[in-house]
Amino acid sequence: MNTVKLIELAKTIRSKNAGTDRITFDIIFRGKENYDLVKNSKVITKESMAKLYQIDEDRISDFVEFDPAFAIKFTIKRLLPSGSPGEGDVFGCQQYPPLLDIDIPLN
Amino acid sequence: MKKKELRIICPNGHLGFSPTKEDSFWIGAETKPDYYCSDSGSDDIGPGPLGDDKSTSLYVWQKHDLEMMLLASREQGVPMIIGSAGDTGTNSRVDMYIQIIKDLAKEHKITKFKLAYFYSEVDKEYLRNKMNNGVEIEGLDSRTNLTMEELDGTERIVAVAGVHPYIKALDMGADVIIGGRSSDIAIFAAPAIREGFPEDLSYYLGKVLECASFCAEPYGAKESVIGTITQDDVKVTAMAPWQRCTVASVAGHAMYERSNPYYEYFAGGLIDMSDCVYEQYDEKTARITNMKYVPIEGKVKVKLEGSTKIGEMYIGIAGIRDPYTIKHIEKVIEMAREQVKQRFGENGYELHYRIYGKNGVMGDLEPIKEIKSHELCIIIEGIAPTKEMAEEVAMTGTRQIFYARLPEVKGTAGTAAFVVDEVLPATPAYIWSMNHTVEVDDPLELFDVKLIEIGE
Repeated sequence: MNTVKLIELAKTIRSKNAGTDRITFDIIFRGKENYDLVKNSKVITKESMAKLYQIDEDRISDFVEFDPAFAIKFTIKRLLPSGSPGEGDVFGCQQYPPLLDIDIPLN
Repeated sequence: MKKKELRIICPNGHLGFSPTKEDSFWIGAETKPDYYCSDSGSDDIGPGPLGDDKSTSLYVWQKHDLEMMLLASREQGVPMIIGSAGDTGTNSRVDMYIQIIKDLAKEHKITKFKLAYFYSEVDKEYLRNKMNNGVEIEGLDSRTNLTMEELDGTERIVAVAGVHPYIKALDMGADVIIGGRSSDIAIFAAPAIREGFPEDLSYYLGKVLECASFCAEPYGAKESVIGTITQDDVKVTAMAPWQRCTVASVAGHAMYERSNPYYEYFAGGLIDMSDCVYEQYDEKTARITNMKYVPIEGKVKVKLEGSTKIGEMYIGIAGIRDPYTIKHIEKVIEMAREQVKQRFGENGYELHYRIYGKNGVMGDLEPIKEIKSHELCIIIEGIAPTKEMAEEVAMTGTRQIFYARLPEVKGTAGTAAFVVDEVLPATPAYIWSMNHTVEVDDPLELFDVKLIEIGE
């Protein structure tokens, strides 16, 4: 099966604090075609994201396919609030890289 | 008669955090916007600045950004609004910004104008009384309701203002407003609501403008954007010659920094963006319609942010190149921890290691388990009740990496490379202890707006 990396399909892949207790992930596509390809592939789901980040599914507070922005968005609960002692990403902005290499099947 | 349109310029998504880019600001200023608005704070910066009551931005950058906005707005005779002064919006930060405005007015011999300000800090006694009277301080984002113990432990609390104190300040005739901690969107929504524009459009205007050029593409922060509100729509235009506000950039930004792309909450209600319609209006402008304002049922709830001190902190840095040591890094750290334990026991301090080259950035969320780096950097945080103890915890935790007694290590002169052979004093360690809301009878009860006159 031919596949393509998510990094090749998405315009923006980012993570960022959503308040002090959560990190939100945005995968945004430039157009409907790539968005639909990824959305319909069902490769990116609440389950698969929990598996990728090795967390229980209930740590994912939101998972949304957001058609108006051609975007898939999910949010992870932090174990400790941002900037707590021992915590390494105050802005939550470097938690997305594992998404870049996700293989998306081409039909 | 209702105004046809109102134009607001936002030069910076977090004023002072990194200097505003001047070219796009002056391009925007030349078009004579009706308001100059910017927020200057965020809870992104962690609990340290709030707890320690200091800015994380540099004073020279804060002054630089305020100077541009003050000069342009005073010359054009239109209001300037700053929210969440000095990163945290604490009282001392509001006072500091007022002083900067006074200094600038003197330096530039600006003629008399009115400055309104309000504080956001919340007295613990106020909340204690509420709690004693049965009012729950409700936790946000899965947090439990506030306990008396958590309240007692909290060092400093700010309330996040909605549009209310800003509208009051404008009613009082303010030319410049310096606000304490505020919802970013309120800073922009307040003037629009006050001038008779619909609330759903006004709040959305705030949402789209609050991060300045983050709603434009290509990516580039600290550039100015102008939002235009009419009775029917919101339009947002990039001012930098190389940036555009597109359907994609604006729709994408609308979900920025929020758990859920549909709703944005603030004191007084929420905006529902589920059915927003985005259109390309012209080359550099996107048009947005069909958002909904949903006012809160019952009393207004104001968000509270609180920071609790954990202890004094020192930071150590150790570099490792020896492949055998890298392979056994967890063992090395375990041995270093053991040395600290022998000196200080199990409790009464915190010692944290982050191993860059392994999972320093992502910690437990890191899917890559195998170390592929030929070198590692270890950051050691030592936290304790006193500076002396924190220094010793961090120093022991760092230097014992240097003395790691691995059985087969070849380099017996030291198993770590130091940039500096010392541990560095850091701002004390804090934790966000409050991400809650409190019900208020009057949306202004936590925000007392005052007016002063400045200038010659």
